[in-house]
Amino acid sequence: MTAAEGPFEFFTVAYLTQIGNYSAGTLAELLNGLEHCSDASIFHHTYQTLGSHHYLTEGFSNDFAQWVLADANRDALAEQLAALDIRDYNSIAALRSDLCRIVHDFIDEHPDFAGQEALERFYFCESLQVTRPFGLTASDLDEFHLGVARLSHSAFYFHFISSRLRLQLRTNDFSHWLANALGLKTLADSINRIDIYTNTLDSARAKLLRLIERERRKHDHGSSRDPRPAG
Amino acid sequence: MTTVQVATRVPLDEYATVIGDGEIDEMRALARPLTGRTVQMINSTAVGGGVAEMLNRIVPLAEELGLNIRWDVMTGGDDFFEVTKAFHNALHGEPYHPEPAHFEIFRAYNEQNIKRIPLDSEFIIIHDPQPAGFIEARKRKSGHWIWRCHIDLSHPSPSVWSFLESYVSQYDGAIFSSPQFARQLPIRQYLFYPAIDPLSEKNRELEPEFIMQVLTRYSIDPLRPILTQISRFDRLKDPVGVIRAYRIVRRYFDCQLVLAGGSATDDPEGVEVLKEVKRAAEGDPDIKVLELPPWAPLEVNALQRASTIVIQKSLREGFGLTVSEALWKKKPVVASAVGGIPNQIIHKHTGLLAHSVEGTAYQVRFLLSHPEIAARLGEHGYAHVKENFLITQNLKRYLTLFLASQPAV
Repeated sequence: MTAAEGPFEFFTVAYLTQIGNYSAGTLAELLNGLEHCSDASIFHHTYQTLGSHHYLTEGFSNDFAQWVLADANRDALAEQLAALDIRDYNSIAALRSDLCRIVHDFIDEHPDFAGQEALERFYFCESLQVTRPFGLTASDLDEFHLGVARLSHSAFYFHFISSRLRLQLRTNDFSHWLANALGLKTLADSINRIDIYTNTLDSARAKLLRLIERERRKHDHGSSRDPRPAG
Repeated sequence: MTTVQVATRVPLDEYATVIGDGEIDEMRALARPLTGRTVQMINSTAVGGGVAEMLNRIVPLAEELGLNIRWDVMTGGDDFFEVTKAFHNALHGEPYHPEPAHFEIFRAYNEQNIKRIPLDSEFIIIHDPQPAGFIEARKRKSGHWIWRCHIDLSHPSPSVWSFLESYVSQYDGAIFSSPQFARQLPIRQYLFYPAIDPLSEKNRELEPEFIMQVLTRYSIDPLRPILTQISRFDRLKDPVGVIRAYRIVRRYFDCQLVLAGGSATDDPEGVEVLKEVKRAAEGDPDIKVLELPPWAPLEVNALQRASTIVIQKSLREGFGLTVSEALWKKKPVVASAVGGIPNQIIHKHTGLLAHSVEGTAYQVRFLLSHPEIAARLGEHGYAHVKENFLITQNLKRYLTLFLASQPAV
């Protein structure tokens, strides 16, 4: 088994939810909140909520879409908000801009809906992040497999989902390390393609582990490195 | 002031059977930099009530993780607890006209307790309004003081709240159970959901034989659908509304209704409500109105597990943890969108929300007609509780708060 140039250090993340200053009872207020809330709030209601509601794979995407659907009762707008894929973003500013644009366009098109009261208010919260070493490292694919299998949900989420913002790349920590340290770009790409919206964290992890096992079998049968150069 | 020695300890590793080894490893990783740090929890009762129940679990677990944690209970006379009970109800929105003497009683007992205890821990968590005045003992910038509010402050009596706010605004932060329970304050406000203990008698797995015994004891037919609401007999839980919803459902389904709650003998209003409920149920042998003994966690557990659908049709609610208890048992839940219930029921994902008797009846009929959807909601509800409303998550939130608040280690 090939050893990496630098080991992968597993971390975990814990979030403290802070209650923010904005709340919304109408779509117009939602737009105002989206425009003015902190970046940590946009993160909380999109990235972090995907991690904390990972077991919902049918139609749950982010808190804004869920509120528009269940409380403001505007299905079409909810669909548009839910269709935003956080993998397409490597900055909160870009994500915020698209969220605002969608709500703004909807209100422009349906001005009568802007001030209608929702069933329940939406409260903008934000995430305060604390990261700690998980106490595991990996220098080769076997150790990496063991580590990923042992991780908590939060640790897996940290490396697989929220890492995109940290890396400022359209990839995740696992793929980044596999491609750059082990030279396994094909495996890295396959892992990066696992759909985080239609999988739970558990099923995404199971797929990831199966991909690693397949790669290990390939190595057992004689091939060593991915023939393609690391990216 | 009394320091509480927790008698029953459940080792952290036992929770691994429920949440997995990785989650336990994670808690240990988070706790490592906090080893030996001093933490103090202060509330007003060692037994009875959700706060004491939670501290009984959290304190030994935090100790096992290496924190130097103690739990102190303040003392007070009947006059103090009468005043704080009135404050509690007023903070929940009941009309109340406090007299200056009431505030004096509050101050006096807080000062008395402050003199008895060294408040020198690095992290001091004060639970609920009763000991809120302890903040007056804080030496300049010493420790990290947090006020943990377990009650709904969305519509408080202005006079009581403005009195309490003068204390609360001196803390470093406040913790609320739901964003809508919070107030505008000049300090940081955190969201900690209340939590259930998956290993407690109320929530642990039960033998099917025991569940059958309980059904037999109360003459409940296991072969027909069972709709259940577990709540004390209180108008705000709308038990008569549940009966009306059940009667609509009965037009379409041959089902039974179980309304189970603690005995109401020491609560005059509860006795009255129980009479109303029995009157509304009269003549229908398929409505079981059960007065459970004051402490009957295994019976509650069995009734929830035997249910086809669990209902929580409250008109007002605190957090409504009975919803999480039902979801933990993978039960489909139909509940009112009040208080903390929408935090637990994500509509159409982890259960169904309703806003009226008719809406409740409709959602119950829908689930009885679509058992596969009911099962899926139950599965998702279970996962939702596992991720957000277990005692281990609560402990993790405290660890995160201490890590985020401490000076660099």
